[in-house]
Parts: sequence; C-alpha cells; structure tokens
Amino acid sequence: MSRRRLLPLLPALTLLALLGPVAAGLWGTVLPAFGHLPAAGLTGPSLDPFRDLFGWAGLPRAVMLSVGTGVLATVISLSIVMLVTAGWSGTRAFRALERLLSPLLAVPHAAAAFGLAFLIAPSGWLARLASPGLTGWDQPPDLLIVQDSWGLAMTAGLIVKEVPFLLLITLAALGQADAQRSVRVAQALGYGRVTGWLKTVFPRVYAQIRPPVYVVLAYAMSVVDVAVILGPNTPPSLSVQIVKWMSHPDLSFRLEAAAGALLQLGLVIGALAVWRLGEMTVAALGRRWISSGARGKADPAVAGVALLAGSVSALAVFLGLVVMAIWSFAGFWGFPDALPDEMTLRNWARFGPGTLKALGETALIAVTVALVALVLTIGCLEAEYRHNIRVSQRAVWLLYLPLLIPQTAFLPGLQTLMLNLGADVGRVPVMLAHLVFVLPYVFLSLADPFRAWDARMGVIAAALRASPDRILWRVRLPMLLRPILTALAVGLAVSVGQYLATLLIGGGRVATLTTEAVALASGADRRAIGVYGLMQTGAALVPFALALLIPALVWRNRKGLRHA
Amino acid sequence: MKHLAVLAALLAPLPALADIDPADWDAVTAQAEGQTVYWNAWGGSTTTNDFIAWVGSRVAEDYGVTLEHVKLTDTADAVTRVLSEKQAGQDDGGAIDMIWINGANFAAMKEADLLFGPYAEQLPNWALVDFENKSVQTDFTVPVDGFESPWAMAQVVFVHDTARMPDRLGSMEALLDWAQANPGRFSYPQPPDFLGSTFLKQVLIDILPDPSVLADPATDENYDAVTEPLWAYLDALTPHLWREGRAYPATGTAMFPLIADGEIDLSISFSPGAASTAIANNELPDTVRTFVLDKGTIGNASFVAIPYNSSAKAGAMVVANFLMSPEAQARAQDPAILGYGTVLAMDKLADDDRALFDALDLGIATLTPAELGTVQAEPHPSWMTRISDDWVARYGVAQ
Repeated sequence: MSRRRLLPLLPALTLLALLGPVAAGLWGTVLPAFGHLPAAGLTGPSLDPFRDLFGWAGLPRAVMLSVGTGVLATVISLSIVMLVTAGWSGTRAFRALERLLSPLLAVPHAAAAFGLAFLIAPSGWLARLASPGLTGWDQPPDLLIVQDSWGLAMTAGLIVKEVPFLLLITLAALGQADAQRSVRVAQALGYGRVTGWLKTVFPRVYAQIRPPVYVVLAYAMSVVDVAVILGPNTPPSLSVQIVKWMSHPDLSFRLEAAAGALLQLGLVIGALAVWRLGEMTVAALGRRWISSGARGKADPAVAGVALLAGSVSALAVFLGLVVMAIWSFAGFWGFPDALPDEMTLRNWARFGPGTLKALGETALIAVTVALVALVLTIGCLEAEYRHNIRVSQRAVWLLYLPLLIPQTAFLPGLQTLMLNLGADVGRVPVMLAHLVFVLPYVFLSLADPFRAWDARMGVIAAALRASPDRILWRVRLPMLLRPILTALAVGLAVSVGQYLATLLIGGGRVATLTTEAVALASGADRRAIGVYGLMQTGAALVPFALALLIPALVWRNRKGLRHA
Repeated sequence: MKHLAVLAALLAPLPALADIDPADWDAVTAQAEGQTVYWNAWGGSTTTNDFIAWVGSRVAEDYGVTLEHVKLTDTADAVTRVLSEKQAGQDDGGAIDMIWINGANFAAMKEADLLFGPYAEQLPNWALVDFENKSVQTDFTVPVDGFESPWAMAQVVFVHDTARMPDRLGSMEALLDWAQANPGRFSYPQPPDFLGSTFLKQVLIDILPDPSVLADPATDENYDAVTEPLWAYLDALTPHLWREGRAYPATGTAMFPLIADGEIDLSISFSPGAASTAIANNELPDTVRTFVLDKGTIGNASFVAIPYNSSAKAGAMVVANFLMSPEAQARAQDPAILGYGTVLAMDKLADDDRALFDALDLGIATLTPAELGTVQAEPHPSWMTRISDDWVARYGVAQ
C-alpha cells in the first residue's frame, strides 16, 4: 500500500474515528431507553424506562440544575470574555490577562474545581485568611457554599475554566474580524470603547466563535466531574444521576440511565435551539441599539467590572492551585490558621508512588491518542492541500458534532453496547473514546497555521524537484514545528482531563490521574487530593511548556522561524 | 456407555469442575504464582489504599502474585460488573478477581450465584480465626457458608472533638437533645453510603424497645410500623444537622476534615481505630476521642469474596489467606497504618505472633476491647436496603 493511496483514505478514517463512537453510543443508548437490554434479559420496546425516569422525585430539580448551571455558566463566561475584549484588547492590561489565562486552558477541570472548593468553602483558604481578624469566626460558619442547592459553586467552577477557553478562541477570531480599524473608526465617531466594539466587531467575532460557544453550553449542561466535586447531592444534576444509575448493582437501572441520557440529549438540543432564538433576539435588539446611536456613557464602568471579573476568574484558579500545593505539603492545618502548623514531605511520600503509576497510564493513553489525532489531522489537511478540497462551513460543524452531543448521552450507551457485544473494557477502547474528544481540538488547533503556510515555499521546493511527500516532511512540517507541538500539547491536555470516558469505557480498570483524583473527592482527604491534583495539572501543563521550549531550542539559529 | 459419559460431562457444572480445590493448598499456591489479582475495593480512604498496596508487595514477594487495586467509589459497581458479565455469558475470565464486600452486596451476590466457593474455611489461616466469638460466619444475619473470608472487624464509634464537645453521649435520644442544643454541629454521610445507612440502623436499634424484630427480613406488614420512630427521630434531627441537612458529607472519611476544620463537633466512624490513625496522619486534631452508646453499637466484619468467573481464583485465595495472617492482621490493627479490628483469636496464635499484637500502641483515641462494650448484631440486609431507599426519597431529593 503506497502512501499515495493511503492519503485520500485519511479524511474518511478521521470522520469514522470522530463520529463512529458517537453514533454507536447513541444507538446503545436508544435501545435500553426503550426497554431493550439483552444482557439483562430484557427485550423491548417499552416505555417503562421513561415512566421510571419521570417517576423519580428528584427529576425536576436535577433537570433544573443541568439547564440552570449550563446556561448561566455559558452566559457569564461569554459576557466576561466579550466585555474584557471589548474594553481592553490591545492594552497592556489585556496582554497581562491573556498571559495569565492562557496556561489555565490546560488546567484540568477537576483540578480547577478542587482548587476552587479549597478556596471558597466556609473552611476554605479565603475564610482562613480573613479569620478571625476580619470575620470574627473561630469556627467556620454553617453556610452551604460548596454543593449548594442552586449549583452556584458548580457554575463558578465552570466559569473559571470556560473563560480562558473562550478568550483564546476569541483572540483567534479577532485577527480575521478587522477589529482594530473598526474600533478606531467607531471611536473617531465618538463611540466609547466597549460600545464601539460591541456595535462593530462583536457581530463578526460572534459569527466565528459560535461553534465553540455551543460546545461550552453543551459541555456545561452535562459535565460530571465538576458536578461531583462542586455540585449538590440532594439531588445531583441529571448527568451525575445518570452515572449513578449506570453503576447501580441492579442492571435494570441502566434502562433508567439510558432514558435519562436521552432526556439529557433532548435538554441540550432544546437549550441550543433556545440559545439560537436568543441570538436572533439579541441581533434584533442589537440592530435597534446600533441605530439608536448611543455612544456608551457607562463604558468605563462596564470595562472595569469586566476586567475585574476576568481577573477574579483567573486568580481563583491560580490561588486554587496554590492552596492545593499547600495542602499537599500540609501537616495538621486547623481552622482558622492561615497556614498549616508545619510543612512536611510525608504526603508526597505516601501518595507520590501511586500518582506515578497513574501518571504512567495517563501518559501512555494521552501520548498515543494525541499522536494518532495529530497524524489524522495532518493527513486530512495535507489531503485537502494536495487535492485542492475546499472546506465548507458545514464540514467544520461536523468537527464540532462530537463535542455538542452530551458525553452522558453517548458514553453510557457505548459501554452498554460493548457489554452486549462482550467486548472487553480496557485501555484500547478508552483510547478510542478519548480520540473522539481529542481529535476536534487537535484539528482546530492545527488547521489555521497549516492552511496559512506560505504555499510558495512548496512551489520553490517542487521546482527543486522535491516530491510532494518530501516537501511535506522536509519543508512544511519542520516549518510548522511550533503549531504542531502546540496542537500535540492541546491533545495531551484534553486527554489528561477526560473523566467520564475513562471511567465508563475503562470499566474502572483504567486508572488515570483524573479518575483517581475524582475518586478521592468522596473521601475528601485534602492532602491526597492536593498531590493528585498537582500531578494532574502538571501532566497537562508540562507539554505546553515543552511546545514553547522545543522550537526555541531547535530553531535557535533560524531567526525567521522563531515566531512561526 | 460413551454417550452416557458425554451426557454426564454435559450435565456436570463445568466451571465448578474446572475450578481449583481450595483444600489442596500446595496446588493453590502453585497455580497462583504469576497470576494477577484485580481486587475491587472502595478507594476513598487513602490509608486503606496504602494498606492494600502493602499487601500487594507482600504477596508478590512470597507467592509471585501481582495484586492490582481497582478503586471503587461504591462496592455496588463491582457487583454490577459481575452481574453484567454473567448476563453477557462471560462465565470465565471475568474482570474482577476479588471484592471487599459485606452486607447487602454479599447477600445479593450469594443469592444470584455470583460467588466462588465455599473456600474460606479451607484456607490455612482460618485455623487462627476467632469464629467462636466474632461474627464471621454470618454477615448481616446471612450465613456466610465459606463464600467470603473475613479480614477486619468493624464497630460503630462516635468521634468527637473534646476541645469543643467534652462529654460523651449515652444514647441516640441524648444525641438528638445535644444536636437541638448545638445546631449545625453534627452530620452523617449521605445514604445510601454504607456508613450513613449504618447510622440510620444504629438510630433504629437504639430507640426501638425491642430491636430483635430486625433480625428477620423486613416485610411489607411490619416495615412501616417498625421504622416509624426512625422517621420521627430524623424529622426532629434533620433541621439541626450541619447545613440544616441540605448537604451531607459523601462518605465517612469526608467527615474527618469537617471535624479538623471545626465545621462539626461530632461524627461517626465504623472503625474504632480510624480516629487515632487520622490523628497520626495530621487529619484530625489530637483532642479527638471516641465513644460508644450505653447499650452498645453495631459491629460487623469486612470480608473478601471471589466472583465465580474470576480469572485468578488461586491468586485471590492466596491474597485472602494472607489477609488473615498474623502479619497482615497486626499491621491492619496498627492505628498508624489502618486501625482495623483483628479477626484472629489471640489464644490461637503462636507466641511470637501474639507479640506482634501486644506490641501495638492502639492510639490515644482508640477504645480498648472492654470499653467498646456490647457489639450489636447487624439487622437483616433487607432493612438497610429499604431504609436507605426511603431515606433517599424523604431527605435525598428536592430538599
């Protein structure tokens, strides 16, 4: 088999890797949702699973939690990012915030959630720092902050992670929105900075970041790990309850779980539809606002609040990581002491070996998956280049599809399907499941730099009688070293952070840093959580550091490539 | 004749025939060498995880058995797994070789024929077990019949920080009075968590004039009447719980940080030595002590069981036997390690083995066997299942 014949196959293979597990998982969800589960000796069709689901007393609150936290987190993080960008892009404060937020993208959701919990709980670090001096508290107040019934802590946990994501997406979109000139013209016409940006740039930027915004909404509505750590338990959100039903000793609860998964899917589709209507409403109102000619008197205040919110969100994650680090070295640490009685290496000696083992598993999975995703991505992009394929907007949506289907809708189905087929759980299925989530991010991260490569280089190389393969290997890929390594780092970080895919498809046998850390949440041993959380964050962050460092070293004597 | 033989072979319970004989210990250890045992055990307690890792290193050293700890958040997950394997027809080569189990999960697995055995009483170290005085042959009133082997004794103790709550309480009524006088200072893990459900049973046993009714399975006829006082008690208690009962700690170990932070003053534990262990690990202040109720508290044994379709039964038996060895039992009882009660009878041990136990310092917060007082029997598992389901319906949703 020659490479020439392999290359056109890669896009098809990529689509299969992306959509195959999702389609199979949804199929595996639909069957038991209608009472068909041969493994439990049940054959459908029947509506009993839905009857049981709607008979569950916790359902209204669970649904409200899923929808409420998801929509709220999306609206708030999007508002923060848009207003910060509107008020500050191009300034020194913005660059500082950008630099502060970028590494946070790699911090796994679970680690950020733990850090936040350590920070804001009534006995958390903030209360400790302020007590008893400012608050007069000798013991923590009996306040329901973490795991509150409204899911506000959980919403906050999602916001601090979605703000960096949306900000980086927005930055990428800004370049193509001709933002600076538009704002300059608007300002020359007397518009305030924020108002001018919102009226001229926002519509163009939003059109470009719409798919990732939808991804954030779908993700926030169906998240499991953050909900387990920060969300309420009486009852939990729908996604957490689905996972609980999936692990009930009575197999027939899987039917209820499947029905819940379909409901979750319906909720996400409904929310996306409502969001689309909201977009239209905002557009209509926005047009009226634009034609009203208001110049924006409140702009400085709005910009100030947005910058404050963005900084608080970034600081929360940083301080969360700091307090996690302190806990990992803490001896006894009572309330309201600001710091532990003593610092010790004991916790690392106890939990370090366990984390190393989990790190090995995590790294094996992440490296394999990220490399496969990278090969598929480069293959697709190169096929697109050589065969002159134009990529439509619709094809881009295809890429986002697996990220828009809630994980809790298709992963349980995938597990049940594997069970029915008698397929063994383990590392390889977990890798395939990870690939579904890793591939889109690697693709999105590499596509723009790859397409932006100056094709004249290729023409020159071809004129020197280089074959297309040789051009790819000797010219294009080396020149794109930095974006390729960045895409690889993105892929690694996404894989490291996967919780549900590892838990459900791995059947408990595949223990990564993330599953181990979330499993510790129930035991609440903060020293162990500190050690695991830091290791998990490191596993996601170190590849990014390397992606910056390696090109700088390799190209230290190639001035023109340092910023490629 | 030939046909008959084939017929007999077909009729015989094939997996049982293929299984190794637990009584032939040499064959067991020979077969165990090189096997990998996947032990599914609750992974929420770091001290237990450390202990299991130590067991792994020891059985690897002595028997060439590799032990992998599959950390569960809920033992029911493992039961599900075996059940689904059976339903999928996977009668050998199952994913689970050993489960830390007792109570309702054991009853469910035994009834559904999901367990390998009997094997427990054929293990060499069974000769050292105190089956005369410790409840290791029944598990929540269900006869064990050798389908699981014991490895730790547990008893409910109340954990209090004497710096803020100096006095012990004698009964559940006293606990209610105290909670009403000190709102927000007590909580229990959220049922169906094991310890949370145990708290509910402990309440019921303590407030019922005659708890003997709990020894038999709950029936539709007697369930409502028997549990009525429990719900009245909880209705009175819940508004005075930590966070007014709107949130509960997830597990027993999740309550230690709450005491250490001063969020609550009183909690319960199923391990008499856990508080001392937590003090040693800096997880609790050294002012913490434990107590039991005047009428005594619930006790039970922790077991390990081997699924019928395990791919490493010999290796699992080797681990089960090692868990009952004086070396492992003394280590488990050391409060600096685990603080679990031993299943062994001191008078059956050789002198140097007994010295291992005598050398232990049980820790400042651990009660002596005499102070632990009366061990109350676990109710039949049907009570726990129904009570925790009811609790979830009453307090676990839409609060």
